[in-house]
Amino acid sequence: MRIAAKAKRVAGTAGHAGVLVFFVTFLAFPFYWMLMTTFKTTIDLHDVSKNPFLFNEAPTLEHLKVLFEDTQYLQWLINTGAVGVAVVAITLVLAVPAGYALARMTGAWGQTLGIAIFLTYLVPPTILFIPFSRIIGALGLQDSLWSLVLVYPSFTVPFCTWLLMGFYKAIPRDLEDAAMIDGLSRLGAFVKVVTPISLAGLLTVIIFTFTLVTQEFVYGVTFITAASSYTVSVGVPTFLVRGDVYFWGSMMGACLIASVPIALIYNLFVDRFVAGFTVGAVK
Amino acid sequence: MATATAAKTQVSYRPRLADNERWLWRLMLAPAILYIVLLVGFPFLLSLYYSLSDVTVGSREMNFVGLKTFARIIENRTFWTALRNTLVITIVTQIFALFFANVLAMALSTDFRGKWFVRFLILLPWVAPISLGAIGWLWIYDSIYSVINWTGQALRILGPNDWPIWLGQPNLAMASIIIVQVWRIVPLATVIILAGLTSIPQDIHDAAQVDGAGFWRRLLQITFPLLLPITLVAVLFGVIFTFTDLIVVFVLTRGGPYDTTQVLASWAFFTGIQGGDLAGGAAVSLFLFPVLTAVAIVFLILARRAEVT
Amino acid sequence: MATVEARRISKHFDDVRAVDGIDLIAKEGEFLVLLGPSGCGKTTLMRLIAGLEQPTAGDIVIDGKIVTDLPPRARNIAMVFQSYALYPHLTVERNISFPLRAVGMPKDEIRKKVDWAARMFGIQRFLDRKPRQLSGGERQRVALARAVVREPVVFLLDEPLSNLDAKLRNSARDELKQFQRELATTTIYVTHDQAEAMGLGDRIAVLNQGKVIQVGTPHDIYGRPMDTFVATFIGSPPMNLIEDDAHYIGFRPESFLPRGIEEGDDVATFPFRVTRVEYLGADHLIYGVLEGRSPEAHVISKLPNNIRVEIVAGRRYDFVVRRTDIARFDRASGRRIDNGR
Repeated sequence: MRIAAKAKRVAGTAGHAGVLVFFVTFLAFPFYWMLMTTFKTTIDLHDVSKNPFLFNEAPTLEHLKVLFEDTQYLQWLINTGAVGVAVVAITLVLAVPAGYALARMTGAWGQTLGIAIFLTYLVPPTILFIPFSRIIGALGLQDSLWSLVLVYPSFTVPFCTWLLMGFYKAIPRDLEDAAMIDGLSRLGAFVKVVTPISLAGLLTVIIFTFTLVTQEFVYGVTFITAASSYTVSVGVPTFLVRGDVYFWGSMMGACLIASVPIALIYNLFVDRFVAGFTVGAVK
Repeated sequence: MATATAAKTQVSYRPRLADNERWLWRLMLAPAILYIVLLVGFPFLLSLYYSLSDVTVGSREMNFVGLKTFARIIENRTFWTALRNTLVITIVTQIFALFFANVLAMALSTDFRGKWFVRFLILLPWVAPISLGAIGWLWIYDSIYSVINWTGQALRILGPNDWPIWLGQPNLAMASIIIVQVWRIVPLATVIILAGLTSIPQDIHDAAQVDGAGFWRRLLQITFPLLLPITLVAVLFGVIFTFTDLIVVFVLTRGGPYDTTQVLASWAFFTGIQGGDLAGGAAVSLFLFPVLTAVAIVFLILARRAEVT
Repeated sequence: MATVEARRISKHFDDVRAVDGIDLIAKEGEFLVLLGPSGCGKTTLMRLIAGLEQPTAGDIVIDGKIVTDLPPRARNIAMVFQSYALYPHLTVERNISFPLRAVGMPKDEIRKKVDWAARMFGIQRFLDRKPRQLSGGERQRVALARAVVREPVVFLLDEPLSNLDAKLRNSARDELKQFQRELATTTIYVTHDQAEAMGLGDRIAVLNQGKVIQVGTPHDIYGRPMDTFVATFIGSPPMNLIEDDAHYIGFRPESFLPRGIEEGDDVATFPFRVTRVEYLGADHLIYGVLEGRSPEAHVISKLPNNIRVEIVAGRRYDFVVRRTDIARFDRASGRRIDNGR
């Protein structure tokens, strides 16, 4: 009897491991492939007769060298970073007060307005980019990174307001009540008492906004055509192709560098993002 | 006696804006709402107007032409291809993504060593910029150096003369695009469903076990029904992100071969931005709107239901 | 009806011995209470009996059969959880019929059983409602109905009254005991509330740190505690324990009375300086210090209010305890050393 139970447990664990192996392979393989491709010599990459899973020639840093020296990749990284910082700042300035107000507003207005704001997140760039192309042109921001700084908050603010609203709602009102009895105004209570506690939530918003900025492609490819003003997301697919020749090694390195660090940081905050996505359907 | 002491300890109070709650909320909300109205509402209305006009990239003026632009768009065969492709990709992606996400979420619902690392790997497709992930797949799908083909031949799944051109043949290209969409949606769907799974109290599972339900009965009669709202949320997000997506098609095929893999978003881009026909592009992109509205309505119903319970 | 036996059952979680080699038998038809503070292992023991946890060592025997390797559904038991664990998406009717549908009972039999169970707890009119539309007391009855409907040989109840408000708890306790008597099913009941245990149990097993300290009827547990833990856990206020060299002398507050009241001959006398008197309505609690002892011995006396005697804080009185009401415990082990009669 005991053997049957044990066998069942072993089979269960094996099945469990099997499922995980399958999915991890499917989902992570392209990044592993990026890693391999970055460090394989061009000759090795283009040699059809050899096993592509091995380093048939010694790994090389050549592609990374080309990436950083012969392309504008570094500039694109800087551009993306700069836009990210600016958009994060704007988003915080707009979404933090709004999220707090929605969380503390009494009456049905708060919840309704919160949902309405969240729904604007669902309006995709692929509907708005056509009119935007003309607006940006009219404002003279064509080919300028400021066009992105102006437009990106249109999708970061709705989602972050919603995230923060949920977050502030979870902080007990007692703390602000105590602060107000102790002599602070409502605004004072917000700044001096609530904000220090909510640093984790603010950090979540910062990371999430930054991630959204680095991922964005549609506006980037629409507003900007000058190579030096590209963000990484746009520059790599459009510019690292010279005629018909793809510099795969460099491209894969470019992808890897721009993906993995963000993913590491994002992983720390996943649970909070999910809370924002689940829209209260999970109690 | 009492009034004297009361007067002594009275704190001076001057009403300030920071105390007036009604106005405080409005002021705190106003910038965000203003921004959204100006940068989402206004362009949206502009998009509507463009679709009813003859505006092009170069034109100085805009004339109202009614539904002529729409008629022109609809007459174009590529439009119908794009519409069909968008629907097919979205629906097929959702089916696979849901299935995979459920299985994976259940595998992740128990604790095990290295779970953090596994979760990191699983999230990669979702977190990495979509265009970069797509480029990775472009290399994997390469017509000469595709690692899939090499592996297929090495494992004898593909014969010596089978060399699928993943992005070159129309049906294969569609399949390739769907694979990439599934690949990037599964992490998000998994994480959402996992949140739902962990929110079911363990007591319920225990009670079902004691009540005599085996694994499959518990799964189908208890777990799945309780997961329904959250699964719906995962589907809604998946639909939005797939239906409106431009990037995967743009990077993998540019809509080719010969426009057979165009989707509404990419076709809008090629018509409006590259082709210069802003009115046409706007018109095409507006066909995304009905599905979006349907999704928004379902979200609203869900949110209302969540408040009531 | 069946006996339930835990044989040398142990459950370790890493370093923690949640259940540490317990031998316990619940007799046929008896209402056995597992009593102890939180963390003592009573819930773990119940989950082991249910099959929701696998033991590290030992066996569970139900009705003479070793069921240790059987899953919960094969043990013919029913359980009521502290949270009731009602299926939120199912109506009351489908909640109650769930275990019957799980074994494939024919539909008309199911309907008969559900009606019977619902009538037993007076919830027929709720059959079409969902759990979230019911009050706490009503949900508890649904949970009981679901447990009863399969006519199992053992009921396991995990603190089913703790989520009810105080007023409801007493009447619910009464109904619970009555229905158990009617059905005569072996019942194991977990609680941390010693008054509940005393009121409900045919026998009580007192647990602490994964071990059974004492098993007995409420009379045994209260009147003849074998251990300082049992002595101080049961009874409110707890038994007075005074240090006396290597021993503890123990006597209950209601046994500690002014000399004039207690008229027996075989008594021990204690000089008692009163520090505070609490009026609780039905009783007075008298707090004070026994004089002439080091370290200072703080003790409590409980005087029912139908004994009219004037006790004033600050004064010194002679209080006595009947020698038969005194217990001696070994200080090192906590175990009782005089033979409690």
